[in-house]
Amino acid sequence: MENLLSIGIRSIFVDNMIFAYFLGMCSYLAVSKKVSTAFGLGLAVIFVLGVTIPINWLIQNYILTQGALAWISPDFANVDLTFLQFITFIAVIAAMVQLTEMVVEKFSPALYGSLGIFLPLIAVNCAILGGSLFMVGRPYNLTEASVYGLGSGIGWLLAIVALAGVREKMKYSNVPAPLRGLGITFILVGLMSLGFLSFLGFSI
Amino acid sequence: MSTAVAEVIEKKSEPLFSKKNRKLITNPLDIDNPITVQVLGVCSALAVTTQLKPAIVMTIALTVVTASSNVIISLLRNTIPSRIRIIVQLAIVSLWVIMVDQLLKAYSYDLWKQLSVYVGLIITNCIVMGRLEAFAMGNKPGPSFLDGIGNGLGYGVILLIVGFFREVLGGGAIFGFKIFEAMGVHYKGNGLMLLPAGACFIVGIVIWIQRSLNGYRESH
Repeated sequence: MENLLSIGIRSIFVDNMIFAYFLGMCSYLAVSKKVSTAFGLGLAVIFVLGVTIPINWLIQNYILTQGALAWISPDFANVDLTFLQFITFIAVIAAMVQLTEMVVEKFSPALYGSLGIFLPLIAVNCAILGGSLFMVGRPYNLTEASVYGLGSGIGWLLAIVALAGVREKMKYSNVPAPLRGLGITFILVGLMSLGFLSFLGFSI
Repeated sequence: MSTAVAEVIEKKSEPLFSKKNRKLITNPLDIDNPITVQVLGVCSALAVTTQLKPAIVMTIALTVVTASSNVIISLLRNTIPSRIRIIVQLAIVSLWVIMVDQLLKAYSYDLWKQLSVYVGLIITNCIVMGRLEAFAMGNKPGPSFLDGIGNGLGYGVILLIVGFFREVLGGGAIFGFKIFEAMGVHYKGNGLMLLPAGACFIVGIVIWIQRSLNGYRESH
């Protein structure tokens, strides 16, 4: 339990997807102009990360790694399919995103109205594929991987809502014209990531 | 998304290096830069630039993937049903990325380790997807190839600038060669430049300088 809590806290604050690894920067910069839309996209990211990371964990450990296929027949004990990792992971992600979109559209048209445009975008959000690839590199079990997925999503939500809040206020500031927009946003992200550095070495 | 796309109208028997096509390569280097203007592919641009060497390898990998998937998608553009085009594009891009990844792993294992997940993340790199959507789906293979090369190089220019400053200021070296020691000057590396924050500041400043020079403004 303590271990899970530690993984959760680490993935939200210390190994924050945005501030430590720059994953999902494109949509982070593009969709952070308003707090409400940023929050919607953040929720969608949490959901997709929370679902795809456990699925990809199962695929990795029962199909792809060397010897993983031994549960079918001992003849497959030496088969190593890790080179198929990228294409299977991205297929799972694209399929899950499509499925989520259809389910949300059917059961909650209101939520679909507010999230609808972002859902297809999430398939090509690097944070999702990045999360799965990081998960492979770490010795997590299934529960830990799920906690890691949810935690990374929450960290991403925190980062995008915080940036959107600052950018809403920035509208009233007198920024030098060439720096306005993208330039000042990058500097803001840099300053925020310095703030998140204070979590380094933080553990439970 | 970009002005270059609208300009290129398909014509029969247009030479590969006509004036219009040459623009496909030069525009992304400056006024239509994928990172500073189109805001695509930022993740890896910030993550792999602590040193120059991985930055260059990443540029080559991305250019190869963008150009070759542009060509394939452009060849298939009339046969792909538009509803499932994203999945088709992802499948083709990931095939190329797997090849690049395996090549790097085989011939340059240390760099492959250093780039870690970022090679795999070329699949979801917005430059590749963005150019497929915006250009290759509506243009012939020749111009699409040039467009891929151009955008790869435009990405590379920013990576080189950011990588240069981060390596020189952060580690006091160029390609691992300690320049300050060679000049006999004592230089203590600035740790900020090696942190994620340093990359953001440098990109911000690059955008500031570029927009001051070319007059590009964002309407707010």
